[in-house]
Amino acid sequence: MDASFFFTQAVSGLTIATLLFLVASGLTLIFGVGKVFNFAHGSFYMIGAYFGYQFSAVWGANFFLSLILTGICVGLVGMLMEFLFLRRIYGRANEGGFQILLTYCFILIIDDLVKLIWGTEYKSLARPSGFQGAFQMGDIFIPTYNLLIIGIGVVAVILAWWILAHTRPGRVARAAAVDRETVGVLGVNVPLTMTVVFGLATAMGGMAGTLAAPLRTVTPGAGIEVIIDSLIVVVIGGMGNFWGAWLGAILIGEVNAFGVAFVPKWATLFSFLILVIVLIFKPEGLFTSRKVR
Amino acid sequence: MTNNAARRINATALWGIVLLIFALVPVFTTSAYKINVASHILVWGLFAVSFNMLWGITGMLSFGQALYYGLGAYSVGLMVEHMGSGWFLPAIALGLVMAIALSFLLGLLVIRVGGVYFTMLTLAFAQLAWQITFKWYDFTGGDDGIQGIIPPGILENRAAYYYFVLVLVFLSIWMLKRMAYSPFGMILRCVQQNPDRVRFLGRRVRRNQLRVYVVSSFFAALAGGLMAGVDSSIHTDMFFWTTSGEAILMSVLGGINQFFGPFIGAAVFILIEDSIGARTEFWPLIIGSIMLIMVILFPKGIVGEVLRLKARFGKNDARR
Amino acid sequence: MVPILEIQSLNKSFGGLHVTANVSFSVMPGELSAIIGPNGAGKTTLFNQITGHLRSDSGRIRFNNQDILGISPQKIVALGVGRAFQIASIFPDETVLDNVRIACLSKRGETGKYLRAVDAFTEATDDARAILESLGLSDQTQRLAFELAHGDQKLLDIGIALALRPNLLLLDEPTAGMSPEERLHTKELILKLWKEFNLALIFIEHDMDMVFGIAQTVRVLQQGALLAEGNPEQIRANKEVITAYLGEDF
Repeated sequence: MDASFFFTQAVSGLTIATLLFLVASGLTLIFGVGKVFNFAHGSFYMIGAYFGYQFSAVWGANFFLSLILTGICVGLVGMLMEFLFLRRIYGRANEGGFQILLTYCFILIIDDLVKLIWGTEYKSLARPSGFQGAFQMGDIFIPTYNLLIIGIGVVAVILAWWILAHTRPGRVARAAAVDRETVGVLGVNVPLTMTVVFGLATAMGGMAGTLAAPLRTVTPGAGIEVIIDSLIVVVIGGMGNFWGAWLGAILIGEVNAFGVAFVPKWATLFSFLILVIVLIFKPEGLFTSRKVR
Repeated sequence: MTNNAARRINATALWGIVLLIFALVPVFTTSAYKINVASHILVWGLFAVSFNMLWGITGMLSFGQALYYGLGAYSVGLMVEHMGSGWFLPAIALGLVMAIALSFLLGLLVIRVGGVYFTMLTLAFAQLAWQITFKWYDFTGGDDGIQGIIPPGILENRAAYYYFVLVLVFLSIWMLKRMAYSPFGMILRCVQQNPDRVRFLGRRVRRNQLRVYVVSSFFAALAGGLMAGVDSSIHTDMFFWTTSGEAILMSVLGGINQFFGPFIGAAVFILIEDSIGARTEFWPLIIGSIMLIMVILFPKGIVGEVLRLKARFGKNDARR
Repeated sequence: MVPILEIQSLNKSFGGLHVTANVSFSVMPGELSAIIGPNGAGKTTLFNQITGHLRSDSGRIRFNNQDILGISPQKIVALGVGRAFQIASIFPDETVLDNVRIACLSKRGETGKYLRAVDAFTEATDDARAILESLGLSDQTQRLAFELAHGDQKLLDIGIALALRPNLLLLDEPTAGMSPEERLHTKELILKLWKEFNLALIFIEHDMDMVFGIAQTVRVLQQGALLAEGNPEQIRANKEVITAYLGEDF
């Protein structure tokens, strides 16, 4: 094992981490601000991959253009689902359970619609032109596309942090995460906020799907694995902890990358192992301090 | 769900009739297919009812009961495959023991996290079991599953095995019903409605949640073990999250607030799947849409809505 | 006579807010007393510390000569401290009878029983009916708790607490949200329950009719500290108390 191997895996891990983080932060966003657990979040990731395929590979649009278009389309789909269906169950008894149930129905419907529209064969999406090669540093070859993803991830994190900390909508979102009712009383249009947040989060998840598509084949059924990985990240990082999720994503991303390099078949077990250890010893998350009574 | 509701529909008499109907199935038909459908209803009915002890009664939405269902099934499948069909019944027992042990340990880990995280973590662990079973081709047969699981002795006969399943399922549901209407059951319902007050009664919330989790998982494993003999085969899909999901959908369809709701839900679900689902490859789309409508418009489920209508028309009668 | 409850130099702060400031007093067995004070004086917080829901920063709480500071709420309940809450804490989807019955079953240690129907537990059921009778809720035993009128829900809350056979009962604003008739009824009911169940009873109240009508001892809290303590006449004549309350509802 030499430096180039280590570096390649590390970069691969960061790439995975970025994609994980884009999905997980969307999940935490909806959960923190909207108090909705979007079980179907992985499905939005998946349709993001398909939209990306459709815009780029089938209709020949520029990759980055289709990335943005995908974001918009998936965001719209997300807002539509929130507006038409999720809203009907807000405030119901046992709301949490019914949210999961409803979003589970979304999964069933979306996954089959995808099969209906695009069929079940694997689709592939090419890397955008200009990013198909590798960046060379001595003996080390780093695929430029991976760097692109990591770069987008860094930008996304900074952007998200800036929005949350320094803009009014961001502060409103943070306040809503703490107390939805009071924020409503203060004059914020809560239902609108929920819909917009849902749209933003699903857009992020969808774009992650498009970004991931050139790295893996585009298949139906990717949704559940994504949700579980995101969940592991969120639990490890600490519930509702933005930076924790980022660090958690990096941890899981690297563990996955190195795991795949050494024991490819059982690599996924490592994430679970970490999850179990965290649950036993620090269930509030590795990066969160325990709440004082 | 209260003792009252059960009294109102005089459940016991009704279920005596249902038992009779199920008992007469092999009498009225010799079609192996129809007996198989009836067996499926029984086994899934048990699975769904045991699941609902967790959700409808205690408020714990586990999306991973398939873990124990699969465990029960694979215990039977693997032992029969590697050691012969004489081990069928001991294998069921072994599956139950393993389910108790596993659910206890896993419960300790995930129950204290609570809420949606509990749901997702149960899902995650069940998926982990699926991954292991899927990838461990040499031992489990992976995606091929294991076929040719024949119950031993007289149970080899279709009708005999059917009655075996019928008896075990009804006994199990009877036990679960007694539990639901016992003080233990009441504490569980109180845990769902007001856990703080339960603590204030001097009771431990988590301990009771763990208890019902183990109980529910025990019967899920029993259902899985029985199913191995019904279909004479096992498959990794039994661990897959959609299996857990189906038990949940059946419960919601039937009504989570009535003890027998999930059983009715299982019957309706399987019958619809049998008639419509068999003719299309887009069954998830159909059932997803049906359940979407149920969840939004009829959250009380079939039984719940029927009872509600009865109550409303009952009130109208009183006014006359 | 040994006090049933002794509070000694109790302190609790939240950040910079001193919510319980060096409070000391003793309650005798069978005593009927009231705690009054402006909103934010720390009355409910004091209750929370006694029942173990909140951990005091310093001081001692002794119940029946036993230190209970730091003991879990479950154990404190088992020792004999009962409580009803400002917002009635009941089991909304259970019947009125079952609400009290589960408490009776719990007291008898029978909540672990899983194969006999609840109705078969006759002693617990009889206990529950007796308590509901004392509360005047006998005609509503089969109604689901969420259907009850607000005032009856508070009574039910008290019933659940009584079912655990406490020696000390803490009532947090029992007449809050009630109409004048309901208040009168509740006042008489509490007096009756106090005698019938042989309790030391402390209630927090803003209703002065009730406080000066039935309490033997009145303790006044202000800004976390014990301002005054005495029988109703003494408190009524106390200049500091009058000043503290003159802007309030007295």
